[in-house]
Amino acid sequence: MLSLFSTFSRMLAYIKIKKGLNIKLAGEADKILTNLPLPGTIALKPTDFTGVVPGLLVSPGDEVKAGTPLFCDKNNEAVKFCSPVSGEVAEIKRGEKRKILEIKILADKEINYIPFNKADPGNLSREEVIDALLGSGVWPLIRQRPFGIIANPADKPKAVFISAFDSNPLAPDNNFMMQDCAEDFQTGLNALIKLTEGKVHLNINARVRSSDVFTSAKGVQINKFSGPHPAGNIGVQVHHIDPVNKGEVVWYISPQDVLIAGRLFNHGKFDASKTVALTGPQVKTPKYYKTIIGASVKNMIDDAGLKDGESRIISGNVLSGKQISQDGFLSFYDSHITVIPEGHVPEFIGWLKPGLDKFSVSRTFFSWLAPDKIYHFNTNMHGEERPFVVTGEYEKVFPMDIYPVQLLKSILTEDIEMMESLGIYEVVEEDFALCEFICTSKIPSQQIIRKGLDTIRKELG
Amino acid sequence: MRPIRNFLQKIKPHFDKGGKLEKFYPAYNAFETFFFVPGETTHTGAHIRDAVDLKRTMILVVMSLTPCLLFGMWNAGYQHYKALGITDASLLDNFIFGLKKVLPIVVVSYASGLGTEFTFAIIRKHTINEGFLVSGMLIPLVMPIDIPLWMVAVSTIFAVVIGKEVFGGTGMNVLNPALTARAFLFFAYPTKMSGNEVWINTDMAPGQQLVDGFSGATPLGDAAAGYADKIPGIWESFIGAIPGSIGETSTLACLIGAVILIYTGIGSWRIMLSVFLGGLAMSAIFNSVGANTLMQISPLHHIVLGGFAFGAVFMATDPVTAAQTNTGKYIYGFLIGMFAIMIRVVNPAYPEGMMLAILFMNVMAPLIDHYVVRANIRRRLKRVKN
Repeated sequence: MLSLFSTFSRMLAYIKIKKGLNIKLAGEADKILTNLPLPGTIALKPTDFTGVVPGLLVSPGDEVKAGTPLFCDKNNEAVKFCSPVSGEVAEIKRGEKRKILEIKILADKEINYIPFNKADPGNLSREEVIDALLGSGVWPLIRQRPFGIIANPADKPKAVFISAFDSNPLAPDNNFMMQDCAEDFQTGLNALIKLTEGKVHLNINARVRSSDVFTSAKGVQINKFSGPHPAGNIGVQVHHIDPVNKGEVVWYISPQDVLIAGRLFNHGKFDASKTVALTGPQVKTPKYYKTIIGASVKNMIDDAGLKDGESRIISGNVLSGKQISQDGFLSFYDSHITVIPEGHVPEFIGWLKPGLDKFSVSRTFFSWLAPDKIYHFNTNMHGEERPFVVTGEYEKVFPMDIYPVQLLKSILTEDIEMMESLGIYEVVEEDFALCEFICTSKIPSQQIIRKGLDTIRKELG
Repeated sequence: MRPIRNFLQKIKPHFDKGGKLEKFYPAYNAFETFFFVPGETTHTGAHIRDAVDLKRTMILVVMSLTPCLLFGMWNAGYQHYKALGITDASLLDNFIFGLKKVLPIVVVSYASGLGTEFTFAIIRKHTINEGFLVSGMLIPLVMPIDIPLWMVAVSTIFAVVIGKEVFGGTGMNVLNPALTARAFLFFAYPTKMSGNEVWINTDMAPGQQLVDGFSGATPLGDAAAGYADKIPGIWESFIGAIPGSIGETSTLACLIGAVILIYTGIGSWRIMLSVFLGGLAMSAIFNSVGANTLMQISPLHHIVLGGFAFGAVFMATDPVTAAQTNTGKYIYGFLIGMFAIMIRVVNPAYPEGMMLAILFMNVMAPLIDHYVVRANIRRRLKRVKN
């Protein structure tokens, strides 16, 4: 499966993913980049960060600049979450038990940045790079496997992974979004190279011509992946290149976030701007927008327009994204918004119909007659939850040497030793998203996996 | 559609918490979800879902059983008229005779099984699962045509209660429920489940009589008794115009079902293939010894006789009771094929070994999976050492 050959002094792995599924969802974004004025409000949502206990550092009415810390992680106070814009703290929105949900900032028209030191990360020590990233709010962009949580600066990761392509349904195209930014990208990579004694892996899609920003990157190992989704998922890539064993840690970061790190060192500011794709069957004119971390999605949605009917707005993709409200905010790690119709309507003997318009991986509906059809999925469950009955279906879309059903069952029985033996350290929720999508018994696999990871993290202390 | 929807909406409050009929909510829910795929939307995890659900899966298995059912009805009539020496019975005559005999068995099987399921669901307060849709059809197909209806009811209830509900219902059972029903009758009422008198209906009108030399035995029964010359040819056995349980005789009809199951992705081709391979391998071994009539039957002939094909396609593939790992499925299937032929050939008390082979491997399946999963764990541990 793994064939190695070298080009230009870099080792290059070519990995073919055979199992998986590309879901043909309507509403792909046109390759048009729209610049809208900066949104009036932005918000950071502590709930975006698994395992973080937020400790507030500002209160309503405070003036902040881009780079001012808004809250820290009480478990690790060095990790700070900084405002992406300048303005005034408008509201701390709390939920049950006073849990902090959103820290809203009324943004200035022009962003006023806290100046940080410009430097070439190549000339800095590992500690200096870490301090620069921690102090500016860039650090939380780096996450780790296992658990899919923010990297711990005290750890020494065995490798750093960057997936240059997203294979999720309607995923934004990094090759389009990352034009003319080779310099910032390389600086970001140089910073990441400092963080590990192992390799920095940059994984590109073998099926398309990748942007020069990626192919001309230096000091990293470029690996090619081909095959259906989840070939672009970081978990699958790590599994095939350098799998995580118990006690080991790898770090990962998305390409646009490498740019944010690069801009910190090149320009001395926490410039959290990014490009996002607004997609989905409910969007009238799906396209790309230039915006910023935590942006209110309202003005993008108003600009693109929604079709009639009740819509569900998702920050992220339809498989692993989070539902947000119409005036909600882009989640911290996302560069993708998907809008799909809600599906509340019960269907008369729906399980008995030929189902030409219903997508199924199985050929239980006659839609297999039209393999290239593009579907307008809605949020209907298409059935009720049942115990595990059908076997062998997860394995068709799960390209890791892990037994998915057995792992889920070990979590349900809270057998920690078994979870470890079956490879829980290699997965997070999104790796089970396709299993959940195709499941005949409608088992909530992603929720179960998170429960398992939380159990283990508590056990490890 | 509208009136049904409105009616369901109207009576729903009675079944909701606090309603008069609260206890019967599972029954209400079963009917509601039968008529309407619920309008429930995703609230955790993936926002969109595949259209398949267990109802769809199960109804497709039932559809894949219809060739066996229809052929079985025809064959019941065909065998009956043949036994009485009536040679001018038309296709329709045969079919109608079978329909009259088989339909009551199907009705009794569904009524007693679903009744038990509903009762359990109401007592145990869980939703009614679709598993019995398939079991209810499988049970009649593995019964002899002359089975008394009360036995169908008793064995079905036994299978649902002891075979399934005591383990926690659909998805939790160890043994295939339909085969549990059959095994129960086989051991409790052997005279109605084996021998030479149950496979062909020989009810006679005054003046009718059996043809000379009629035995009523299945081909495997004849073979066990050493009558090699009475075994029908491969082609005849493949088509299935031979005595046997209602739905099992036609390998052709089973293969049509297999195609549906494999193409739709419901049935495991791994299991089906390996059962046939296991059966061929074992009978080839016996064939090379050739010490008795059953051993002398050629491998290809063996797998078109008795319930071998039916068991391979519809019974061994039950996902709940089969091995669950892909590697395990090959081993599980191969051993079923081997044991089925071995029981057939070596043990003269059971001329049909498929039922016992599958039940035995149902029990062994978790063990096979255990070792397959262990191998995966060892691979993961080895990675650390390197």
